[in-house]
Amino acid sequence: MSTANLDPTLNTHSPHAAEHEEEDHRMFGFIVFLLSESVIFLSFFVGYTVYKTNITDWLPAGVEGLEVREPLINTIVLVSSSFVIYFAERFLHKENLWGFRAFWLLTMAMGSFFLYGQAVEWMGLPFGFTDGVFGGTFYLLTGFHGLHVMTGVLLQGIMLGRSFLPNNYAGGEFGVAATSLFWHFVDVIWIILFLLIYVWQ
Amino acid sequence: MSNASLDAIAAKSGQPFPGAPNNWQRFFSFSTDHKVIGIQYIVTAFVFFLIGGLLAMVMRGELITPEADLVDRTVYNALFTMHGTIMLFMWTFPVLNGLANYLVPLQIGARDMAFPRLNAAAFWLVPVFGTLLMVSFFIPGGPSQSGWWAYPPVSLQNPTGNLINGQVLWLIAVALSGVSSIMGAVNFVTTIFRMRAPGMGWFRMPAFCWTVLSAQMIQLFGLPALTAGAVMLLLDLTAGTSFFDPAKGGDPVLYQHFFWFYSHPAVYVIILPVFGFFSEIFPVYARKPLFGYKFVVVSSVVITVLSAMVWVHHMFASGTPSWMRMLFMFSTMLISVPTGVKVFAWVATVWGGKLRLDTPMLFALGGLVCFLFAGITGVMLGAVPFDIHVNNTYFVVGHFHYVIYGAAVMGVYAAIYHWFPKMTGHMYYEGLGKLHFVLTFIGVNLNFFPMHPLGLMGMPRRVASYDPEFAYWNVIASLGGFLLGVSTLPFILNMISSWILGKRAPANPWNAIGLEWMIPSPPPVENFEEIPIVVSAPYGYGSDEPLVANNPAGELINEHS
Repeated sequence: MSTANLDPTLNTHSPHAAEHEEEDHRMFGFIVFLLSESVIFLSFFVGYTVYKTNITDWLPAGVEGLEVREPLINTIVLVSSSFVIYFAERFLHKENLWGFRAFWLLTMAMGSFFLYGQAVEWMGLPFGFTDGVFGGTFYLLTGFHGLHVMTGVLLQGIMLGRSFLPNNYAGGEFGVAATSLFWHFVDVIWIILFLLIYVWQ
Repeated sequence: MSNASLDAIAAKSGQPFPGAPNNWQRFFSFSTDHKVIGIQYIVTAFVFFLIGGLLAMVMRGELITPEADLVDRTVYNALFTMHGTIMLFMWTFPVLNGLANYLVPLQIGARDMAFPRLNAAAFWLVPVFGTLLMVSFFIPGGPSQSGWWAYPPVSLQNPTGNLINGQVLWLIAVALSGVSSIMGAVNFVTTIFRMRAPGMGWFRMPAFCWTVLSAQMIQLFGLPALTAGAVMLLLDLTAGTSFFDPAKGGDPVLYQHFFWFYSHPAVYVIILPVFGFFSEIFPVYARKPLFGYKFVVVSSVVITVLSAMVWVHHMFASGTPSWMRMLFMFSTMLISVPTGVKVFAWVATVWGGKLRLDTPMLFALGGLVCFLFAGITGVMLGAVPFDIHVNNTYFVVGHFHYVIYGAAVMGVYAAIYHWFPKMTGHMYYEGLGKLHFVLTFIGVNLNFFPMHPLGLMGMPRRVASYDPEFAYWNVIASLGGFLLGVSTLPFILNMISSWILGKRAPANPWNAIGLEWMIPSPPPVENFEEIPIVVSAPYGYGSDEPLVANNPAGELINEHS
């Protein structure tokens, strides 16, 4: 064996040396999980598309279509909250804890507004969960997404609470980064969902 | 090495969660050690293997005569549904997860999985959903009768009218199994990507870890589709939606797409790690490097990618348009190319080698023979005209049992015997192992070969009674089935008695090359005293190049040498 082979750095493709064993793998794992999660949404989207293109009497009797104005306002709020949460994270990196808390709380408020808007929309709709395939897919998709928004707001609440514990958030915080990533994910899913259900009618 | 130091190692090995017991009871505790979890998975899987096997033997008992005289037809439906469900969700996935859990961190030179608590949680879901499935035997209406694929509209029938029925419990169990598998997959992918020992580049990773990575990728991106379908079916069944109910405008064929988009690739989730076992075992017992190592690992990745493009071959007879049939016929046949690459590599590895026919090698060779046969019938089934001809006959049953029992079960047996000394620190009894192999190999062929002529003659599957002209082959198949049942006895006897009484195993009883063989048997709690520094590719049999630059066992191995 040549002496060059004894030097592990010359042969390594994996940059992780033994001393980095304790390194944080959580973000990598979380991204892998989100990729997997996105396939569930993808399956629902494919299902929706198949139904919509194949079923002739797609909308339930007496339903003309979906109102777009309120969902559009909701969309704008949710998409903007992705920028707000980004700034919250920036404040945390600059160790401005109050700036972080303010923008983080604003994100939570915007997420809650979205949920409220969706609840109002649901209550005003003239069709229900069991009204044909359209009713089923509509509530399944918006409901499953809404569940994710709710989870996101809940996680944000936990992170906000933790920011008041002593000695927390000294450096790059996994929980905050993961919650933020999850929020962007929920946002992207909503954009696709909005285009699929509300724009393509 | 002295007995005292061996005992010291044994005492340190498999140390569970702090505060948990340090003897056999640790296998019943919430341990976060990947080695304990691995064995928990394997043992749990084999308990269910016996239950699923008993159900199969009742079915073979029913089929030994043409009349439905042993069990009622509805009971028969429940039997084949639960047999398939238990064997797939409660045996194959858990047992392979168990072996991967045990071996992957050892083979890549890591101290544990990336997320030990998540790992334990994923395991403990298995007994939970297993119990849910078992409970369905005792509720009004009994367990699900719609087959393990649960096609609507059959699976939407609810004769009892109860909200909690066999089908609902089945769907919840399958969904939980999906959650558990996704948790496992996130863990495996993160571990393999991020925790390989320094120097272990991608092409220095053992072939088994490659197959685990490939299989877990399928779990990550296939399982969510099944989960989506299962959720929609559950809503149809309980909440009154109509996604798959044709009477209310739903589309039952869409369910089949969701189901097979995952469930065909699931076959590769099962068979890829078995390919990994073959790739690990043949070089050791033939004393030769794995022929074409890079082709073997790349073909695993190619199989993973292609696996997502073949699912419609399960639906050739579901009113699928011709253009789609043609497309999926070609993609199905294409997957035999990377598979063939592997088979040639194994044959070339064994060819001209100085073979040691120990039990693991016998099982690996037997598994390979069965897999070859299954591969040939698989290509036949991939051809649309032939598939339409034998669709829903015993030919299909014979084909996939050659894959699942012939290749996968025998491959798992090979792996268990091969790594048994490492896991337990004891040697198994070779004589009992060989007896187990002979009974299994004869049993598999006696049980599953007759299903091919039966299928060609036209005997339908999923029936409790049949035309007397099929009796001859059915009697042979049933005798083979009972022999397979008997074959598990020497295995269980061997495992229990040699774990308790077997002679102490050295660190490397097979003279194998691999990180797991450089540390004591059983491995100490954090596997490696020193994280190994890998300096060459695996399977260097016949080469004098060392695998690592340091001694991962620290002073313990020095004491030995």
